[in-house]
Amino acid sequence: MIRFKKVFKSFQSGSLALTDVSFHIAKGEFVFLTGHSGAGKSTILRLVYADSLPSSGEVRVSGFSTERMRRSDIPKLRRRLGIVFQDFRLLEDRTAEENVAFALEVTGVRRNLIQPKVMRVLTQVGLAAKATAYPRELSGGEQQRVAIARALVNDPLVVLADEPTGNLDDRATRGVVQLLRDINANGTAVLMATHDLNIVRHEAARSIEVQNGAIVYDSAIDEKNVGGGVQ
Amino acid sequence: MRLVIRETLLSFRRAPVLSALSVTTIAFALFVVGLFGLVALNIRIALEDVEERVEIVAYLMRGTPVEVVTVALGDIEAFPGVESATYVSEDDNLARARLDLTEFQEVYDDLAENPLPASIEVRMSEGYRDAGTVAQVAEWLGSFRFAEDVRFGREWVEKIDRLQGIAAVVGLVIGAAFAVASVIIIGTTVRMTVLHRSREIAIMRLVGATNGFIRRPFLLDGIVKGVLGGITAIGLNYAAYAAINQIYSTSFFNVGQAMLLVLFGTALGFLASAVSVARHLRRVTAG
Repeated sequence: MIRFKKVFKSFQSGSLALTDVSFHIAKGEFVFLTGHSGAGKSTILRLVYADSLPSSGEVRVSGFSTERMRRSDIPKLRRRLGIVFQDFRLLEDRTAEENVAFALEVTGVRRNLIQPKVMRVLTQVGLAAKATAYPRELSGGEQQRVAIARALVNDPLVVLADEPTGNLDDRATRGVVQLLRDINANGTAVLMATHDLNIVRHEAARSIEVQNGAIVYDSAIDEKNVGGGVQ
Repeated sequence: MRLVIRETLLSFRRAPVLSALSVTTIAFALFVVGLFGLVALNIRIALEDVEERVEIVAYLMRGTPVEVVTVALGDIEAFPGVESATYVSEDDNLARARLDLTEFQEVYDDLAENPLPASIEVRMSEGYRDAGTVAQVAEWLGSFRFAEDVRFGREWVEKIDRLQGIAAVVGLVIGAAFAVASVIIIGTTVRMTVLHRSREIAIMRLVGATNGFIRRPFLLDGIVKGVLGGITAIGLNYAAYAAINQIYSTSFFNVGQAMLLVLFGTALGFLASAVSVARHLRRVTAG
């Protein structure tokens, strides 16, 4: 469903952000993308949601290929993805439910369908009781749950999470990771970038490690051959 | 469409200070353009008033038969650019002189014989009152055999001509400068709104809103601010006009001209929004 084929990405300065990156993520998989900050995790995620295009090679996501993608395809692609960031990216002047509903409104979903969908995902992330709270009235963990609810409300094929626990304490981190696992258990693929190896160690899931823009380890391949750990 | 209107209203409600500031800025930019328009309008009206008085007078030889004059009047009125030709008899001229030149009243009273000749007064139509045309008509009038002398105040007509030329050029240059300044001011103001909401735009793109969808509320926002700014500018201009009018009698825009200013503001608001959002959408990525 997500396939990187010999992807190179260079910055405007000319230095390489990604070098010969190839991997495949199947429907319903849960994958950690690990590595130090600046290793290239975010660049990989941005290529997935077509915020940038590869300098060479091909990225295919849910039938959209970067080789044939037009500008007008980008919104269509993003409606099949749910994206979560470290800094939540909620609109401060809208309540939790308005933030979630916003994702449906701007994609032209009929109004009478919006409210039930919003309540369903807010219930799913455990925030139904705080639907009318503004982001500033919520804890970091709760804000991230709202962001996850917003990512889920379009019924995405895959949730992309870029350091979703980077701003959270241990307890909130565990909650968010569990939530992503639950979402995955319902059939949605999850690609989560993190530099926190503690999380990865505790979860039985595939992990791909990026170093200096190259994949140095992929548990799906390497464990079969070497049987090594994450590090 | 309902969502577009709702989002536009929300943007006014969520950022009332910024919105009010934008409308005020647009209003004052247009106010200055309007003020200049008022000045230009009044100069034009004043020049037209003066110009209307342009008159060519042909003094007739004594004893010119009335029939000859009547035929000539018809010819003159048929001449292109001539609005009217009026015959003024010797007696009428004397009566007029008595009225106009009161200090010579007694001199006129003592006259045994009227020294003033009869004349034909020619007025030119609008658009034919320039020095060239007037001189041409004067020359032609002089070619009538009964015309003793033709006068039209050559210097005066040439001066008006020059004044109109200067007014037109200066008006065009200053008007264009003001218009450009207001375009820049309004453009910057609208850009502030776009930047203020850049976070919202980024999130919209992230969840898959099309560029067209993102653009619409901004365009409506720009139009609404342009209209409000334009109407406020008309109000400010009217206040300025009312204040000046207490000292000098001046003219205000007619409905069409006022609408033009509002339309100018609306178009500017719309264009500034379109350009700002397009630039923003091109430049800023979602992540």
